[in-house]
Amino acid sequence: MKFTREFKGRGGAGRDPKLPPGQYDIGSDWPVLSAEATPDLATAEWTFAIEGLVRNPLTWTWDEIQALEPATYEGDIHCVTTWSKLGVSFGGVSVDTLLAVAVPLPSASHVVAYSHTGYTTNLPLGDITGNKAWVVWEYDGRPLEVAHGGPARLLVPHLYFWKSAKWVAGLRLLDHDEPGFWEVNGYHDRGDPWLEQRYQGD
Amino acid sequence: MDLPTPGPWQVATVEEVSKETQRAKTFRLRLSTPSRHLAGQHYVVRLTAEDGYTASRSYSIASPPDDSGEIEITVERLEHGEVSSYLHEVVVPGDELEVRGPIGGWFVWRGDTPALLVAGGSGLVPLMSMLRLARRSGRSELVHLVVSVRSPCELYYANELPGREATVVFTREAPPACDRPPGRLGEDDLRRALLPDAIAYVCGSSGFADHVTSLLARLGFPDERIRVERFGPSG
Repeated sequence: MKFTREFKGRGGAGRDPKLPPGQYDIGSDWPVLSAEATPDLATAEWTFAIEGLVRNPLTWTWDEIQALEPATYEGDIHCVTTWSKLGVSFGGVSVDTLLAVAVPLPSASHVVAYSHTGYTTNLPLGDITGNKAWVVWEYDGRPLEVAHGGPARLLVPHLYFWKSAKWVAGLRLLDHDEPGFWEVNGYHDRGDPWLEQRYQGD
Repeated sequence: MDLPTPGPWQVATVEEVSKETQRAKTFRLRLSTPSRHLAGQHYVVRLTAEDGYTASRSYSIASPPDDSGEIEITVERLEHGEVSSYLHEVVVPGDELEVRGPIGGWFVWRGDTPALLVAGGSGLVPLMSMLRLARRSGRSELVHLVVSVRSPCELYYANELPGREATVVFTREAPPACDRPPGRLGEDDLRRALLPDAIAYVCGSSGFADHVTSLLARLGFPDERIRVERFGPSG
């Protein structure tokens, strides 16, 4: 390891073990990072679909998804640009609840999450099942702001946050991995912050 | 797509440090493993303390793609920014830094298509790489840059701006020779810069990016031809 002359940083014993390598605690800030214009998306127009390799392809409206069993996530989120936000809380519905109705076919191994803006990101199916992923519309007890993906976004907090597609419109189940927007632009296909999987080849 | 992908971490030697503004410095780095970048890409700089603690931040490349084996990054000093403070206070020519790049395949301009470049403050850095590429390759007719800054003393690369294909909009305080009174970037400022079939590259704070994309929408510019890079706090 190469040390940087005179760099002390904020490290040492005070470093929070909840921070993955190379990440820092951003505190109460929540930077907005997106590569597109922020859409103007009313809840009345918002829908969420599950399609591809499932027994029952389905589309939920805003009211229909709100009526499902609520679920919350309390924990941390990690952005590939090196900030982490600790102790956040989101409310919505578990992806498990949605997949229980859609029923993945045995051949399904991956998903592409896609947004109302056209944004896409790819995930192994195993990373969004087993209480690891949510569709969320509340942050800290309030409606999720549009800049942060409102009315609703995907939340996959154990992976870098670009996997948590803003303005999410659905999941397409596939029998192969299909790189999404950032992934074809050099970012990692899985994006585990604890393994520092930031870029292709990491 | 022919996209340069980031190699492993490498050591770069600081060749030159120059002051852009009160709060920004440009660092010229000689790469030990040179790689030609695309205009708009960035590098990550990683600092490592003796106890193993690391801090890394991304910085856009200001210099145009070339074969010099060197890149320039411009770093704004942020209050409480542990990396930017270190770079501003400690780093001198001859120092070595760990860097990784070039990174990014979306917010890039390859130098052969019409481009509208709209920058807010420090968001000018990646767009300057594009403008410099256009000028250096004799393709200035392909680009128009509009940069919005509060006052003349906050303008980066002031000896290269404005120009035939570059407009500076001052929002709070304008130089005496400037016809336009100080004020927020508006539709008129962008209308003059529109080129047929251009892709718009918008870079600045999130608030600035939203303001520009809504101005562009009002001018009838299609959303799908807008690429945005939002500069978050990246101290």
